[in-house]
Amino acid sequence: MSSIADPVAGTSRSDAKAGDAKAAAASSVPAIALPVAGERELRLDLFRGMALWLIFIDHLPTNILTWFTIRNYGFSDATEIFIFISGYTAAFVYGRAMLEAGFVVATARIMRRVWQIYVAHVFLFTIFLAEISYVATRFENPLYSEEMGIMDFLKQPDVTIVQALLLRFRPVNMDVLPLYIVLMLFLPIILWLMKWRADVTLGLSMLLYALTWHFDWYLTAYPSGFWIFNPFCWQLLFVFGAWCALGGAQRMSRILSSPVTLWICVAYLLAAFFVTLTWHIPQLSFLMPKRIEQWMYPITKTDLDVLRFAHFLALAALTVRFLPKDWSGLKSRWLRPLILCGQHSLEIFCLGVFLAFAGHFVLAEVGGGALTHALVSLAGILIMWGMAWVISWYKHSADKGASKTKNTAINADMTGGSA
Amino acid sequence: MRPGSGSVLVLTLLAGLAAAGLARAQDAAPQACEVPPYLLSTESTLPKVAEAVKNARPLTVLVVGSRSSTILSSENSAYPARLQAALKEKLPSTPINLSVELQTGKTAEEVDVGLIKLVEAKRPTLVIWQTGTVDAMRSVDPDDFRGAVDEGVAALQNAGADVVLVNLQYSPRTETMISAPPYLDNMRVVAQQHNVPLFDRFAIMRHWNDAGDFDLFSTFHGTDMAKRVHACLGRALSKFVLDAARLDQAQQN
Repeated sequence: MSSIADPVAGTSRSDAKAGDAKAAAASSVPAIALPVAGERELRLDLFRGMALWLIFIDHLPTNILTWFTIRNYGFSDATEIFIFISGYTAAFVYGRAMLEAGFVVATARIMRRVWQIYVAHVFLFTIFLAEISYVATRFENPLYSEEMGIMDFLKQPDVTIVQALLLRFRPVNMDVLPLYIVLMLFLPIILWLMKWRADVTLGLSMLLYALTWHFDWYLTAYPSGFWIFNPFCWQLLFVFGAWCALGGAQRMSRILSSPVTLWICVAYLLAAFFVTLTWHIPQLSFLMPKRIEQWMYPITKTDLDVLRFAHFLALAALTVRFLPKDWSGLKSRWLRPLILCGQHSLEIFCLGVFLAFAGHFVLAEVGGGALTHALVSLAGILIMWGMAWVISWYKHSADKGASKTKNTAINADMTGGSA
Repeated sequence: MRPGSGSVLVLTLLAGLAAAGLARAQDAAPQACEVPPYLLSTESTLPKVAEAVKNARPLTVLVVGSRSSTILSSENSAYPARLQAALKEKLPSTPINLSVELQTGKTAEEVDVGLIKLVEAKRPTLVIWQTGTVDAMRSVDPDDFRGAVDEGVAALQNAGADVVLVNLQYSPRTETMISAPPYLDNMRVVAQQHNVPLFDRFAIMRHWNDAGDFDLFSTFHGTDMAKRVHACLGRALSKFVLDAARLDQAQQN
């Protein structure tokens, strides 16, 4: 058993090494290569849309739809997909800006984007405050007198709200946007380094990841604790996404298409599936050797455990292999809602967080059995789809009046915007 | 009445009837709060408890917990008191001394400090340590939390006591504000490492909520529901302890 996980952790490293070696061999060619412009990678939109739906479902209380989310079948979950694709698209859009318009202009555009995400985060925080203030005043079950103590922060709004604006006070489920803000803040440096030496940048990112694990670095939060998503660790996925966008994926294609990679990925995913099975069916846990359990647990999400990262890599490798870029299904009507959501990810992400709050609220006030729970999830997804449709209608029809030059600038930003 | 709760009710009633048929010996429970066997089974054992009972020595139980181990102004209806009653009933020939030490508002690390003194004073056979809630509310670093629980359990074991860990309550109303999973996971890890039974209060309460035994979303203001939930928890915990001490079969024969 112990040999299953070990070689995979090893592979991800040797994969990277192989990549480095290849890069060294081809060091005469420019460090980064941008994919052909104009064509949207629909696969990215599809999977980002999927990640958004899954994040929404995972934020609601457990219901039937929860069983369709990937975190039940392996180590990694939708957050990995979201951050990776965000890194990919951000590098794709702003990397082009950096090549064409220079460092300063690209940085300025990135900062505008950071500001938008920040405002979105503050908006969500306001809604959250409204919700829990309401709950705090109405809810008084003696069974939960201890848990209700969490509302005590409402007693000192002066501190709490300032800490929220500093991104140090974050309610549950509102951790992704602050992580995203920090990652985007460093995007100009990442891109600038990538322009110089893409593989070195990825190497530095891995080094930071390893050092963070070794020295246990983290960002503190208010009133105590730490950031749920440690940016020093999660940057690895973001930078890896950027590296793939800037030519890394092409250079890896030989590794990705090799049957050895295929079988390692399949074996690892199966092993991970088996391990997660023992969480859901405790009767099976006797099959897990104690040694492995002690070595493996806990699989931390905060620090992006290597097992999670490897699980994401395996999933991604299989996806790229079996879902070609020009797959006809990408144009199908049935996948349209997912792709639409993926194309407007910031808006839809925020809407998803809001809908999760609203869903909790409805379930709490109206109450409900399994059916209501499932209905709330379904309704949320339909609303996300509808909103994505409205946004794209605005972009394609309502905003048509804008001048041509302005339009191209907006478009360039919106693509990144939906990063 | 909610949609869907009717069928749940029927199912629960059927399950309750079936269970009642199997366990006629037990007195009629006021609430049908069955716990699926897998939530009460554990590989870990409680050798000190087993030994005390077999040698007919008194069984001293110490419950260390935070505020969710009691019900304000009706401590006698909280799960520790219910546990004591259930143990007395199941082990009629064993004197049961149960005491509760509430560590209100303290994290696992803060409880650690006084733990040894408590154990030296009371010399318990079994320590039931309910923890995690305060740490989750203060979002203590899960690694630090694990370290603290680890240290506490090791200290208790060194002091010669059996240990049962009790995790957080399932609290759907505060789910958007308190993130329980990291603390649940880490308690499971510590329990595994020290071979200590873990009473999964969270999963059990969630099961009751899903099965329709209790509506834990309810904004009910009185202490009535809290009392019923604690009664069920106490009974389930007594089963769990006896099962972990491998005493259940012996006693029923």
